[in-house]
Amino acid sequence: MERSEIKFWNGSIAVAEGALAAGCRFFAGYPITPASDIAEYMALRLPQEGGVFIQMEDEIASIAALIGASWGGAKAMTSTSGPGFSLMQENVGLAAITETPLVIAEVQRAGPSTGMPTLVGQGDVMQTRWGSHGDYETIVISPSSPQESFDLIIRAFNLAELYRVPVIFLTDECVAHMYERVVVPPKEEIEAVERLKPNVPPEEYMPFKPINDIAPMATAGMGYKVHVTGLTHNEKGYPMTTSPEVQEWMVRHICDKIRRNEYKMRDIEEYRMEDAEIAVVAFGIVGRSAKAAVKMARRHRIKAGLIRLKTIWPFPESYFESLADDIKKFIVAEINYGQVKLEVERSVHGKASVELLPKFGGAVHQPSEIYEKIKEVKNGN
Amino acid sequence: MEINATQHPMDKYLRADRIPHIWCPGCGLGIVLNAFLRAIDELKIDLDKLAVVSGIGCTGRIAGYINTDSYHTTHGRAIPFATGLKLANPEMKVVVISGDGDLFAIGGNHFIHAARRNIDITVIGVNNYNYGMTGGQLGPTTPLGARTTTSPYGNIEHPFNLCHVAHAAGAVYVARWTVLHAVRLKNSIKEALQKKGFSFIEVIAACPTTYGRRNKMPDALDEMRFYREHSVIKHGIDPAEANIEIGKEIIVGKFVDIEKPTFNDAVEELKRKVKKK
Ligand code: SF4
Repeated sequence: MERSEIKFWNGSIAVAEGALAAGCRFFAGYPITPASDIAEYMALRLPQEGGVFIQMEDEIASIAALIGASWGGAKAMTSTSGPGFSLMQENVGLAAITETPLVIAEVQRAGPSTGMPTLVGQGDVMQTRWGSHGDYETIVISPSSPQESFDLIIRAFNLAELYRVPVIFLTDECVAHMYERVVVPPKEEIEAVERLKPNVPPEEYMPFKPINDIAPMATAGMGYKVHVTGLTHNEKGYPMTTSPEVQEWMVRHICDKIRRNEYKMRDIEEYRMEDAEIAVVAFGIVGRSAKAAVKMARRHRIKAGLIRLKTIWPFPESYFESLADDIKKFIVAEINYGQVKLEVERSVHGKASVELLPKFGGAVHQPSEIYEKIKEVKNGN
Repeated sequence: MEINATQHPMDKYLRADRIPHIWCPGCGLGIVLNAFLRAIDELKIDLDKLAVVSGIGCTGRIAGYINTDSYHTTHGRAIPFATGLKLANPEMKVVVISGDGDLFAIGGNHFIHAARRNIDITVIGVNNYNYGMTGGQLGPTTPLGARTTTSPYGNIEHPFNLCHVAHAAGAVYVARWTVLHAVRLKNSIKEALQKKGFSFIEVIAACPTTYGRRNKMPDALDEMRFYREHSVIKHGIDPAEANIEIGKEIIVGKFVDIEKPTFNDAVEELKRKVKKK
């Protein structure tokens, strides 16, 4: 039996290798700092694995090509950063309404607009959830290390296939550029989920009729002659643009298949939470500073704990709601002016105080800064 | 009254449950659809291996009526969608059918780059000189001086010559027909479908509802009569010389038919060369 391999990879290589391990065989992208490393690495590796790399003329084309490739039967990914992700929003909506599995690796830099192209930010959390118009849901996953970049991008592909949904892999400039040890398990130990295919004759097949939340997906050339449209459509995939009933059914379906299964996608690292009185909430690169800060607090006998979100959307509302029965003080440390903070606040329903410790981009919180905030909150200032 | 409709020979290619279509009486799009269906019929193309991709607009609805794998995407994005589909699934014959605004205004960037790369797809661009679906606004092909809802005093913009654009961007097959030339159009579609690489056919089509009636051709027959009286076939001429101007002749024909390696072949070749053993 093959053994695990030890690699020294940065977060970008780990994303790319993880994607390949998950079965990704199509990449379309457009150069953008700090996400180009992933594209460059995919350009090198994909042809070796029998896959296709194409550099498109812009980000809208990139995600459109992904949706096409996914309906062509491939597992598909792109990489981008904030400005490029903004351009993709139109087709994020198309992927959501057509229930197309794909993965967008979003390497965050500081915004808005061109902002700080080479430096870290975490200001795209809300954009991953609300970026396109109308009601829809996505799944958003955030790694804190190269190891997690490898492990969780595989999970991102699996969730995309399982739920027929665009998944955003929300990493950041620091995690993407950081080199660390990555343990790569042997191939046979990596679980790659394949999308559900129909097993009924074409005349009985309903491409958008869910069976246990998800409809089996017939891709091009399988003989099912599927019609796929960005218009409001019925279970057959046919446009129904004047029926509020069909609109309601469709919107409920594309949202509820994610909302209903939130607990299955929930992925949270808890550290020293067993007796914590103050919880620091963080994700991505800030999760690491926050953990160091909790350790400092514990050395000073302050009962602090860490909640690190690896799945950000769908947001674990009920998790925070029940946590707020015991914990009365939350600090959200994030490199933005308050995004996950709003969600924590909403979820605790006024049962606990939620304070924001922002950074505005270009720098990560020092553990000492978070520790100072913990002290301040403890002393009730 | 009960209508006893007999089978139309093209019925097998249509999604019967989606008919009647949404197009206006006299619209040129029915002829385009018919020519396309006859072309795939004569070529005996395996419908399971054919994908039709459209953008948004009146033409964009074509995908929804054809009984193949069919994809109605967002405005302007049919070509990059088709690019991804074809690359991921090279067995498919991939055809984009969309309108002038969709392909050359909002989607113009995608068109020129797909032609430049020589992606192995066929693009049928229906040019009715305006945005029909949204009520007849000015488009990238509206002739100088023509009246539309957003050029009420007459168009002051220079229009694109689509065949010239396609040729300059690198298409290996470029032709233009009007909907009057139904048989020539069908034959041209057959050629394009058999061509390896990026093939482009411009079809000049009547839009009596939103364009014709503002430009002294209120009846579909007026436009057809205009095509009959004003089109000249000039095969092989430099598409740069085939500009479209109000009241002038419409030059139609096959302008470009060349061979060039496709992006798709290059990708397959690259895979073979660097494949990990
Ligand atoms: S508006 Fe013009 S292009 Fe659209 S269906 Fe009517 S006639 Fe045809």
